[in-house]
Formats: sequence, structure tokens, C-alpha cells
Amino acid sequence: MKLHVNGRDYDIAVEARRTLADALRKDCGLTGTHIGCEHGVCGACTVIMDGAAVRACLIFAVQAEGAVIRTVEGLAAGGLHVIQQEFVAHHGLQCGFCTPGFLMLAVAAREAEPDLTDAEILDVLSANLCRCTGYQNIVKAVSASARRMRET
Amino acid sequence: MKPCAFIYHRPSGLPEALALLAAHAPTGGRVLAGGQSLVPMMAYRMAQPSHLIDINHIATLQGAAMQNGALVIGTTTRHAAFKTGICPGPLGAMLGFVSSHIAHGPIRNRGTFGGSLANADPASEWCLVMVTLGGRVMLQHASGTRMVAAGDFFTGVMATALADDEMLTEAHLPWGQGDQWGFYEISRRAGDYALAMCLVVYRLDNGLMRDVRLGIGGAEATPRRLAAAEAILAGQAPTGPNFIQAADAAAAMLKPMTDHNVTALFRRDLVRAAVRRALHHSLNHE
Ligand SMILES: Cc1cc2nc3c(=O)[nH]c(=O)nc-3n(C[C@H](O)[C@H](O)[C@H](O)COP(=O)(O)OP(=O)(O)OC[C@H]3O[C@@H](n4cnc5c(N)ncnc54)[C@H](O)[C@@H]3O)c2cc1C
Ligand code: FES
Ligand code: FES
Repeated sequence: MKLHVNGRDYDIAVEARRTLADALRKDCGLTGTHIGCEHGVCGACTVIMDGAAVRACLIFAVQAEGAVIRTVEGLAAGGLHVIQQEFVAHHGLQCGFCTPGFLMLAVAAREAEPDLTDAEILDVLSANLCRCTGYQNIVKAVSASARRMRET
Repeated sequence: MKPCAFIYHRPSGLPEALALLAAHAPTGGRVLAGGQSLVPMMAYRMAQPSHLIDINHIATLQGAAMQNGALVIGTTTRHAAFKTGICPGPLGAMLGFVSSHIAHGPIRNRGTFGGSLANADPASEWCLVMVTLGGRVMLQHASGTRMVAAGDFFTGVMATALADDEMLTEAHLPWGQGDQWGFYEISRRAGDYALAMCLVVYRLDNGLMRDVRLGIGGAEATPRRLAAAEAILAGQAPTGPNFIQAADAAAAMLKPMTDHNVTALFRRDLVRAAVRRALHHSLNHE
């Protein structure tokens, strides 16, 4: 089958039971997408499929055939994405395990709704778990990047 | 945490899907909708289907439209589709508000209305909506169709009237004119399953409540309407003291579950609070 990820086609041979998260990591070599719980609770595996943030551990790779998939590897184009810069500036990560999921979650939300309020950002971010930061700096980073993207 | 092997089918039409289900259900074939409950169960190996029939590509099963005073919801209409009002008026607003309590954004982007009904989790918001409004589901198999009332469809914790070779294809939600509604859910964190929730719908006639429907979910094996609480409210003004009476009656007649989250005793208190707050919410949606 073919997976279309970050603008590139990957020809892979997988069993039907292979999740999209595993296929990205093991078959496409895109290990930026992390796997935490494998049952939909933590959000570490969040990717963008046809414009919407989804849990890659709850979709089989075969189901994603024909879809446009974006992972954290596709964010930086000629330099870090605004949201990545703000994560650095606001200390939005410590161990970094949850970071790819949070980045994709926030990017999808902001692309769907450019004028996210801080309350809406908090609601969006409640989808994912972080064991290190206590969330405050993630919220600050996402708010700051939303402001910057609105201004430019 | 890896699912067991299965054979994947991606039909593009309903007859093809029903034929596949008829062929494979006897040997463990199952429908795959949003996968937001089934895939976790497969990861735990609690579910080990031999065949999965993916219904996400059947265009006729998606979307919702009003027909004869009822909203007809295609089974694979995703939770996220309800966010901004799937239909005009109070019904669309109510469904949008309720949908925001189901899990989180990325799960709502995949999970489906019909999948939630077929899954029949006691804490499912959509199951509560169906029972409270007196909805019906359409169940189809390769050689026939039947309509089942929501009250008869849910038979226990994650148990329904669906036969193995049957597919839920539509949900019908009736809605009267000018209805008032209120909803309140108690859960540990945003997006968690409800420990108790209440949906109330009524009509105001010269300042008095009529046609009151009050449903509780998350507390017993299946959601249900509480006739005693409805009777206390019917013909009365929507005031705090009346709301407290109804909440007390609801809490008294319920037989709440004890589970790893909370005891039955505590759940009874949560139901009382959820009923009172849902009734207040019906007066003020801010
Ligand atoms: C972290 C997390 C939190 C969640 N929180 C909530 C919550 O707060 N409230 C809530 O209601 N849900 C919650 N869910 C579950 C979510 O709403 C699911 O989407 C829903 O329960 C099942 O819908 P689905 O389309 O994903 O079905 P699937 O997972 O694809 O299927 C579920 C079951 O129903 C069967 N099935 C599906 N569609 C049909 C059909 N048309 N005909 C016959 N059988 C069918 C399948 O064979 C399977 O047995 C949560 C899920 C996760 C992972
Ligand atoms: S790994 Fe997918 S949600 Fe945790
Ligand atoms: S930074 Fe360590 S889990 Fe979030």
C-alpha cells in the first residue's frame, strides 16, 4: 500500500493490524510520532489526517490509504515552524516525549480556527497528556504562536 | 498492546457491506466505524475480530437531515460534525453542546454517532440523548430492515439488540417545536467518561413546564428516563425549589452502579447534583 506523508509517497507492505502510528515509525522511518499508551488516552501519537488531528494509534495504516497525512517531521520548512519556536521560547517541553503530539494537535486546531481564544486553546490542549511540564508553558507557547500567526 | 491479525474489507456501498457482514459475522467478523472504542479493545485483545468491515467509505451512511419532524442521522456521522450545529434550532444547539462532552477533539474527529450507540457504553452521551428524546434506530442485515426504539435497543452494559450480522445504519431523533433543554455532566476531568449526567427537555406553556423528558446516563447499566422526576416537574413553573424536588426524586429512585471510579452512594449524590444543574442549565445556556 501507499501512505502519503508530508508530501511524499511511501510504498510499504504492512499487515492490516498495523496501526498508522506503527506504520509511520517502523515502515516509513518517521519516528517523530511517538507512542505512549496505544489506546487513545495520551495523544502522543497525534498526527494530522486530511486536515484533522487524529490519534494514529486508533487508525489502521490500511485505513489511511489515500489520505493526506502530516507528522511533526513536516512542520519545519527552512527553519523551525512558529509553534516550534514558541515551544523553545516558553520552555514548553522538558523530556519532549509528548511534544510532537502537542505540536500537531495545536497546529491542526489553529489551522481550522485562526482566532482561537485562550479558553479554546486550553480546551483543545486538554486532549493530550504531559508528564513533565505541568502544562502551563505548553499553553503559553501555543497562545503566543497563535498571536504571532494572527499578526503575520 | 498490538491487535491480533484480521482481514480488512473496505466496501463502498451498503449492500456490499451487509453481504460481507453476513458472510463473516458467524466467524467473528465485525463492523469498524470510527475505531475509537474498537481499536483500544483490540489493543487490549479484549476484542479479536477475524474480519473488519470498514464502513467509513460508504457515503450514504454519513450526514444528517430533518425528515418528518425527526433528525435522521447516518451512522458514520462523526461526533465533530455536531459541533457547530448539525441542524438549525434548539436541537442542533443541544447536540452541539452535548457533543463537546464526548472525549477530546481528535477522538471526536473519528468517532461516530452510530458507533457510540452500537458500543452502548453506560456513560455514552449519545445513548442518553437517544433514550431521553425517544429516538429509534434502523438495523439492517443482508435480507431485511427493522426499526427499534432506543429504550429497547440498549439491553445492558455494552449490550444491545443488534444481532451479529446486523448493522446500525440510521438513528432517528424526534424533536417537538420550541423545546427547552438543559444538560449537565459530572466527570473527573474534561473529556473523561461521565460519572453521572442528565439531559432534560420540555416545553414552556404560559410559564409552566409541559412534556417533560428527564434522562440520566452514566449511573446505571443503561440510560433511562425517570418518570417520577418528570411527573414532579410537569405543570409546574421552572423554579429552584421544584428543581430540588425533582432532583431528590431522581436520586431516590435510581439504582446506581459501583465501579472503580465511585461508589453507588456517592453516585446517587452526583445524580442529584446533575439533575439540579441540568434543570438550571435549561434556563440559562451561558
Ligand atoms: C480516550 C477516549 C475517551 C472517550 N471518551 C468518551 C466519552 O466521554 N463519551 C463517549 O460516549 N465516548 C467516549 N469515547 C468513545 C468514542 O466516543 C467512540 O467513538 C465511540 O464509543 C464508538 O464509536 P466508533 O465510531 O469509534 O465505533 P468503533 O470503535 O468503530 O466500534 C465500536 C463497536 O460498535 C460496533 N459498531 C460500530 N458501528 C456499528 C454499526 N453501524 N453497526 C453495528 N455495529 C457497529 C463495532 O463493531 C464495535 O464493536 C472515548 C474514546 C477514547 C479513546
Ligand atoms: S499512543 Fe495514541 S493516544 Fe497514546
Ligand atoms: S515534556 Fe515530558 S511528557 Fe511532556
